[in-house]
Amino acid sequence: MNHLVIAPLLLPLLAGTVLLLLHGAGQPLRRALSMAATLALVGLVLALLFRVADGDVLVYQLGDWAAPFGIVLVADRLAVVMVLITSVLAACVMLYAVRGEDRSGSYFHVLFQMQLFGLNGAFLTGDLFNLFVFFEVLLIASYGLLLHGGGRLRTRAGLHYVILNLVGSTLFLFAVGTLYGVLGTLNMADLAQRLASLPAEHLGVVRAAGLLLFAVFALKAALAPLHLWLPGAYGHTSAPVAAMFAIMTKVGAYAILRMHSLMFGPDAGPVAGLLDPWLLPLALLTVVAGTVGVLASQRLADQAAYLVVVSAGTLLTAFGMGGAEAFAAGLYYLAHTTFAAAALFLLAGVLARARGDTGDRLVAGPRLPRGELLGGVFLLIALAVGGMPPLSGFIGKWLILQASFGSPGMPWVLAVLLVTSLLVIMALARSGSRLFFKIDDGAVAAAPPRMADLGGVLGLAIVGLALVIYAGPVYEFGQAAAAQSVQPGIYLSAVLQGVPPGGLPQ
Amino acid sequence: MEALISIVIGVLTACGVYLALRGRTFPVVLGLTLMSYAVNLFLFVMGRLTIGKPPIIQDGATYADPLPQALVLTAIVISFGMTAFVVILSLRARAELGNDHVDGEDTRP
Repeated sequence: MNHLVIAPLLLPLLAGTVLLLLHGAGQPLRRALSMAATLALVGLVLALLFRVADGDVLVYQLGDWAAPFGIVLVADRLAVVMVLITSVLAACVMLYAVRGEDRSGSYFHVLFQMQLFGLNGAFLTGDLFNLFVFFEVLLIASYGLLLHGGGRLRTRAGLHYVILNLVGSTLFLFAVGTLYGVLGTLNMADLAQRLASLPAEHLGVVRAAGLLLFAVFALKAALAPLHLWLPGAYGHTSAPVAAMFAIMTKVGAYAILRMHSLMFGPDAGPVAGLLDPWLLPLALLTVVAGTVGVLASQRLADQAAYLVVVSAGTLLTAFGMGGAEAFAAGLYYLAHTTFAAAALFLLAGVLARARGDTGDRLVAGPRLPRGELLGGVFLLIALAVGGMPPLSGFIGKWLILQASFGSPGMPWVLAVLLVTSLLVIMALARSGSRLFFKIDDGAVAAAPPRMADLGGVLGLAIVGLALVIYAGPVYEFGQAAAAQSVQPGIYLSAVLQGVPPGGLPQ
Repeated sequence: MEALISIVIGVLTACGVYLALRGRTFPVVLGLTLMSYAVNLFLFVMGRLTIGKPPIIQDGATYADPLPQALVLTAIVISFGMTAFVVILSLRARAELGNDHVDGEDTRP
């Protein structure tokens, strides 16, 4: 058994625990430890990536209990690539947070590591109930992080976020319970096998449970009409937390993709294509709803939050079209949009501090010291987010549009994505001109940002540029990951070694 | 017995949903608690209702399914912790927003 699979879970858990014990120690020590743990995580995940790159599906049986009786962790290409995106994002966010934002509350680093633990667990687990538990871990950490620093609007947004997610967790448990009651298993591979040979009398109950599960994941992924919680929560929290949350909607999208391809894929017999009528229309609706929000935003952080909604919709559009090519395009877009959205949140934080009392409101502000540098970075990020060539956003959207040819929803996808891209570019151009060109002589700027404050943003920009330069290999890897996930047989046989194909007697 | 349990879960859930849709934090917290009770019962019942049976599979004998009990235990711990958290958060929102409305402002005249 390969213990490398569980290492991305154990490292943040251990680091978080040690950081909790070191609460009395100085800030420099805690920062160094948290930073070191995050960087080590990137290294570990890269090592894991090389192990799964040639198509192996690594299975880790906790306590050496064979699936489907024990809980398994499964590392295939898709899961590891998600963990890699998470850890790289975390390292860049950490670069920003150690410049002072982590002082706004005393447990920032503990919660940050616990959030990583939950995220990595959610990506790697192969068990539905375990997925619920890891969702709870990452949510509990996110509640703490979201409320860090306090403040009126933040508390209100936090209250909504917590209550909505508690309702979501309850629905998740109802869905899990129903599936267990009917099928007698919670292992995702075993579930997939049993779904394929589902007796007709259980069809209605299982469809209800599957769609309930979809609703829960749609809530996490901010799929319309369940996206309304996101702008308030992301727009009012601190910059590093919002940047880290850029991956949170992707957890929902990942869970939808897993469910869509593994449990309710084309091979799933009576329940095949359960999500097909819902996913694509709702995703396109999300893109439109998010774009309206982008146009209407009065603050840069709010605008970035609505851009997260747009990107969630675009991503699920790709996943909703189905087929390996669309999944591969979606994976490339996922990597791009996570880093770009996080960079925009971090830049909004830098700008809010530099503009003094004006904050990141999109109104005339003080003449910014180092305005050329900040404006240049904003332009770069805006080009990437808006999907203009030659940056990663363009490649991502191009791939998605290309994958839509041949899909029955092609006219809708083309129309919605192209029109909303134009509107997003207009909104970002307007924000840029208000932030950098309109000067209010009465306003006073705060201290100019130092280069180190921009470290996290520049780190994310470099990752984004690497996505452009190595777009070929990255997309090829995405294709390989997509090819693996549209053939659930590989996953099933890796997890259920030694279980007869018809499943065990119930 | 099954019918009774189903009705109990249904009533608990309905009350929970109704309370969670209220405008003030205290009923909302109560609603969330009722919903978590309902889901805990639901998970428990998903292992089928058996009385006085061992959790061991034997030939021809009925058995109690131990897995839902483990699931319920986990779910209880999580929901208990979350209830404590949301109570504290509501108190903080009451202090920071000046009232106990979930939107932070009382719109009623």
